[in-house]
Amino acid sequence: MPETTLHVLDAGVLTTVQDLGRPGHAHLGVPRSGALDRAALQLANRLVGNPEGSAGLETTVNGVRFRVDHGCRLAVTGALCPVRVDGREAPWGASVSVPASALVDVGTAYAGLRSYVGFAGGIEVEPVLGSRSTDLLSGLGPAPLAAGDLLGIGGPVGDPVPVEAVPPSARSVIRLDLGPRDDWFTPGSLATLSGSTYTVGAASNRIGLRLTGTPLERSRPGELPTEPMVLGAVQVPPNGHPVVFLADHPTTGGYPVIGVVRGADLAICAQARPGDRLTFQVPG
Amino acid sequence: MQVRRVGEHALLVECADLDEVRATYADLRVRADELGAVDVVPAARSVLLDGLDDPGVALQRLRDWTAAPTAAPESGPQIKIPTRYDGPDLDEVARQWGTDAAGVVRIHQQCEFVVAFCGFAPGFAYCAGLPAGLEVARRAEPRPRVPAGAVALAGGFTSVYPSASPGGWQLIGTTTLRVWREGSDSPALLAPGTRVRFVDA
Repeated sequence: MPETTLHVLDAGVLTTVQDLGRPGHAHLGVPRSGALDRAALQLANRLVGNPEGSAGLETTVNGVRFRVDHGCRLAVTGALCPVRVDGREAPWGASVSVPASALVDVGTAYAGLRSYVGFAGGIEVEPVLGSRSTDLLSGLGPAPLAAGDLLGIGGPVGDPVPVEAVPPSARSVIRLDLGPRDDWFTPGSLATLSGSTYTVGAASNRIGLRLTGTPLERSRPGELPTEPMVLGAVQVPPNGHPVVFLADHPTTGGYPVIGVVRGADLAICAQARPGDRLTFQVPG
Repeated sequence: MQVRRVGEHALLVECADLDEVRATYADLRVRADELGAVDVVPAARSVLLDGLDDPGVALQRLRDWTAAPTAAPESGPQIKIPTRYDGPDLDEVARQWGTDAAGVVRIHQQCEFVVAFCGFAPGFAYCAGLPAGLEVARRAEPRPRVPAGAVALAGGFTSVYPSASPGGWQLIGTTTLRVWREGSDSPALLAPGTRVRFVDA
């Protein structure tokens, strides 16, 4: 029995329920899914006293608007944005007490792309394979939010933890470790990869960050037999423009992976907007 | 057997062929906890160990290891899939195989398939076991929507679409057996290593 019900008024471009995903099922073709900026969701959960993996909301660019029927506690993290409760400004990156019947407006991000809303008690939708995450590739988990949706929120489970929330940095360098298929590319392409700047394409989504820039040239023709894929894999299709696999990535793929983005830098990929420029760095 | 590093938390074990993938996968799945892997994922010529805290340690443990050749295909569970051979591409497959529709059904039912790996969609199983030389070319134009339960062929594989999706495989029949059961603890009927036979519905 939920303690509070959240009434969605406006889900913006895309708002989904996310926790830390459903790893452990990739051999069945099930993507891991989960929050793209994991640290931001974990922080939102800590701020409201939840276990780090509780389900919250992940917004895209222009936030989400909802009403809660009973009072609750929430925190907004990830992309820095205005937060309003019944029209009054509330802090970003802090635990906010929301009274009964209040209207909560998580606004358009000033910078970055995805904000996270954590609720004390977490969002209570039916888990699928141990996770409440919406997976946009496979369709597992709850559908993306739409105006009129009702979501249950559980009772608070712990005390809020006072931690300092820092907005995502404007860092644009993403480190990657070469392999497993760097030997499919010309030495010239490998040399230019480190330090090269790529532009985030408009077709980027929770499945992958599509980049355009200096095409990466293969040293060998032919096709790679279907191979398992990992989070952060930089796959290079025949056009040479790299795609960074994000949480909803397919479990297998047929294009060679030139390198894998380090976990700590996936948040940069999660917060990159179309048009942003990112530079790869291959640590020595 | 070559093992490649894949980023900070994964290793890719390369295999010579599907038989080696099957044996390697069966062995590594049993050893997943010991190696510290969250995911063990087979594919066409490799098996991935993912979610490793320290791939260096796992690499050390794999150094002198070769997959037990004893993991015989007949060791997996067997599933019979009742099939109506009413697919729109039955004649096209017959043309590619140089036979008629009845010949396609006969060949498809004579094979004992083994799920080599899953991918494309949850529960979508690449079932290997077609005789050599009977690889099937995909459709030039993928269909925007293939219904759940479609029995299909492409390359050296057969499969059953677990849910409706776009698809470029040649459709030869349909089954009412649900190969993906959402809400179940083991939702995929056709997990890697499962033996599969197609029978008349």
